[in-house]
Amino acid sequence: MATMKAAVLVFPGINRERDMARTLRLVSGQAPAMVWHTETALPAGTDLVVIPGGFSYGDYLRCGAIAARSPIMDAVRQFAAGGGLVLGVCNGFQILCESGLLPGVLMRNENLRFICRDVYLRVERSDTPFTRGYNAGQVVKVPVAHGEGNYIADGETIARLEGEGRVIFRYAAPDGMIDPNWNHNGAINAIAGIVSDKGNVLGMMPHPENHVEDVIGVTDGRGLFAGLAEALESAA
Amino acid sequence: MIPNDTPITPALVAEHGLKPDEYQRILDLIGREPTLTELGIFSAMWNEHCSYKSSRVHLRGLPTAGPQVIQGPGENAGVVDIGDGLAVVFKMESHNHPSYIEPYQGAATGVGGILRDVFTMGARPIACLNALSFGAPSHAKTRHLVAGVVAGIGGYGNSFGVPTVGGSVRFHPRYDGNCLVNAMAVGIAKKDEIFYAAASGVGMPIVYLGSKTGRDGIHGATMASAEFGEDSEEKRPTVQVGDPFSEKLLLEACLEIMAKGCVIAIQDMGAAGLTSSSTEMGAKGELGVMLDLDKVPCREEGMTAYEMMLSESQERMLMVLKPEKEEEAEAIFRKWGLDFAVVGETTDTKRFIVRHQGDIMVDLPITELGTEAPVYHRPFVFTERPASVDATKIQAPIGIAEALEKLIATPDMCSKRWVWEQYDYVIGGNTVQRPGGDAAVVRVEDGPKGLALTTDVTPRYCEADPFEGGKQAVAECWRNLTAVGATPLAITDNLNFGNPERPEIMGQFVGCIRGIAEACEALDFPVVSGNVSLYNETKVAGEEFGRAILPTPSIGGVGLLADFRKSATLAFKAEGEAILLVGETTGWLGQSMYLREVCGREEGAPPPVDLTEERENGDFVRALIADGTATAVHDLSDGGLLVAVAEMAVAGGMGAVLGDAPQDIPAHAHWFGEDQARYVVTVKADQADAVLARARDASVLVSRVGSTGGEMLALPGEMPLAVDTLRARFEGWLPAYMAGEL
Repeated sequence: MATMKAAVLVFPGINRERDMARTLRLVSGQAPAMVWHTETALPAGTDLVVIPGGFSYGDYLRCGAIAARSPIMDAVRQFAAGGGLVLGVCNGFQILCESGLLPGVLMRNENLRFICRDVYLRVERSDTPFTRGYNAGQVVKVPVAHGEGNYIADGETIARLEGEGRVIFRYAAPDGMIDPNWNHNGAINAIAGIVSDKGNVLGMMPHPENHVEDVIGVTDGRGLFAGLAEALESAA
Repeated sequence: MIPNDTPITPALVAEHGLKPDEYQRILDLIGREPTLTELGIFSAMWNEHCSYKSSRVHLRGLPTAGPQVIQGPGENAGVVDIGDGLAVVFKMESHNHPSYIEPYQGAATGVGGILRDVFTMGARPIACLNALSFGAPSHAKTRHLVAGVVAGIGGYGNSFGVPTVGGSVRFHPRYDGNCLVNAMAVGIAKKDEIFYAAASGVGMPIVYLGSKTGRDGIHGATMASAEFGEDSEEKRPTVQVGDPFSEKLLLEACLEIMAKGCVIAIQDMGAAGLTSSSTEMGAKGELGVMLDLDKVPCREEGMTAYEMMLSESQERMLMVLKPEKEEEAEAIFRKWGLDFAVVGETTDTKRFIVRHQGDIMVDLPITELGTEAPVYHRPFVFTERPASVDATKIQAPIGIAEALEKLIATPDMCSKRWVWEQYDYVIGGNTVQRPGGDAAVVRVEDGPKGLALTTDVTPRYCEADPFEGGKQAVAECWRNLTAVGATPLAITDNLNFGNPERPEIMGQFVGCIRGIAEACEALDFPVVSGNVSLYNETKVAGEEFGRAILPTPSIGGVGLLADFRKSATLAFKAEGEAILLVGETTGWLGQSMYLREVCGREEGAPPPVDLTEERENGDFVRALIADGTATAVHDLSDGGLLVAVAEMAVAGGMGAVLGDAPQDIPAHAHWFGEDQARYVVTVKADQADAVLARARDASVLVSRVGSTGGEMLALPGEMPLAVDTLRARFEGWLPAYMAGEL
């Protein structure tokens, strides 16, 4: 699995870029390129763009709104338009929504508090490059850490996302049942992660990159990165 | 605008928190009337918060040395060697007064300040902890303070990007008028790349970095050096506003220029801002400092020298850079979008000179500004030790099982999940043991080393007997680190007390310090950093003296695990394991949670701490963890044996069957007494006899008290309690209270 050439974007105030870089290195054996927000091009040969979590620009405006307008994001839009794989986690998901690469917005959590805890995700599809490491219907345990993860979009958009099978992860009970008690942020249809219409851009609130090492605990997040590495290898 | 040549009247002196004899000291020192800006500077440097004038003579009694200590108290943070060329850098500091006035920003800037202390030394912060004390849950302000303080701590730490991995939360009516917010930060640095405040070289550029200077927080440190009156609400403007985004940029920029070898000296601007940082750099380096305020980046127009020198705007740093590296450093700061300005230089005059708009506003001797600060030997009277409570004379008002259910749902002992779920404790990917255990465990870089971290103190013990309480705070901290398998390294102390001008408060302070010193000495557990917060009391109309908080010397401890994978947790692991009690149980009910919460009595002497026994028992338990014999470990503290076992059952989702209490101890005292130096340990059933034999050989008291298994906690002669019921009780109180349901 030596083909992954990931680029991790770094905006001022992003703070999980080191976690993400370590996970990509652990799973793929390759250290990713760290790309500063003022760059106008991605490193040559990039096959995966990752927008990590954090508080870009302090989240002082709408979360992700300023980062979405950074120079590097034009290059990312171009990369995505050409079918390149883009993964946005937490603040990265918010940035993808703000940049128009994914529909919808992330509002404040229903209880108006920041929440850090392990949640259960039901993997809705395994036939995407992001989820081929999982089985459809599998339940994985990963942490969330956000104050604004409550996904919403207009009715038509939600209907299209659901109709086109673009909801990839949902908050669920440990047995996989969708249950409001296990939807910690109040997201519509318990949506935790969605893909773009072409399926090459994934945004998700939880942090699979923090659950990849058995010595630290759960390894349920590993499947996402291992699957991505496989997908890139088979594409190469 | 008040001109700098404003005549200094006694009223103006008093407004600056300086006593007449302290003002006389200023006149004697400089031989003339100070300018207004100079008066402000003296006020900032000679207040209790910055000068430690009431505490200094007593702090000297604390042990601060040890083979592991690289830097003890006196710098921004303590530094301790952890091997492999690495050092742990840590400190705890209070932000009590601001947090009571404006809980969100007060707590947030407390976190920001302590993080700066750690990364100023060249360390990347890897964890935060905190110790919070609030008033009675029934007090009108408590819910508001809890909500604001917790949101503020989370708001700052989460955005900055450091995991908040542990802490403590307590409630008591004595904190009704003064909450305590003690924040601790821990970082990792290369042992030979630690940065200090002392400037060196004459004519070196002094560089201002970070956010711009505004009018916020002027006289914050002076405010924190007085008791609250009825006007504390009016002090809101003295509270600073935090900007964790800028701090994150400042962190990255500082670490980057340090790595590039640009920095000679560095000091963060905390309390008393530009004044304190620049004079400290000069005084420590035995140099003079000249500042040109026209160069200081300001957020507002028309700021006076007085305002600039006393502003406590956050997220600012002062550095002495290597002249040949100035350009490189500036480019790094510009990249991070931060202000960078050369605002002065070092001189050989040992004078502190401040120019503004062509005039010299300040001309003071730099060394004496610190060394000539008043030092008080305040009178003190020791607290009279209360009589011990005879457990046989305490009636048990309810049964043992019912008392357990009650205790684990009390504000002090219930789960604090509602609090720590608002902190990102996962970021960094190194959190091995999350909040909720005896100590948090954080992997060091890629391992295998790990650090164990905890904060502890039992204020009700300190109130009843400051000396024993001080000892106990250190011992419990040491025990919590031991309970996860770590070797305790060193502590930071955050000493919160009332008004030191009252002899009985000063007696509490002196007693606690002596207790802390004795325990640190006996356990080889030196103090490497700390902070003193006095005047935590509030005037009440019609009463001569204010109401003081319980004496609360928070102890933040750091321990080292050679292999983080071998740390122990408190959750029961498997059915049918033997539950062993390590340490001697006499049934000490004085000052226990049982006595307070079940019997409604806060009385008696607290449990004495035998430090020899503490060490022997702890070393025994640590060895059981190291060789893999112990499957679960929990220290015994509030609520004693039965509460500890219940917490282990709830954490493991597994019950236990417990044996009879010994004949010579009343049942309630056996189950809920708070004798010190004790642990509960589980081992595989077939290893129990071997462990008991090992204990006999080591002269450590160990007895078997039960076995794990099932879904119930079964006590002799009582209805068994379902673990699920216990969990519901344990988890239920705080969310219900915060939702306004209680």
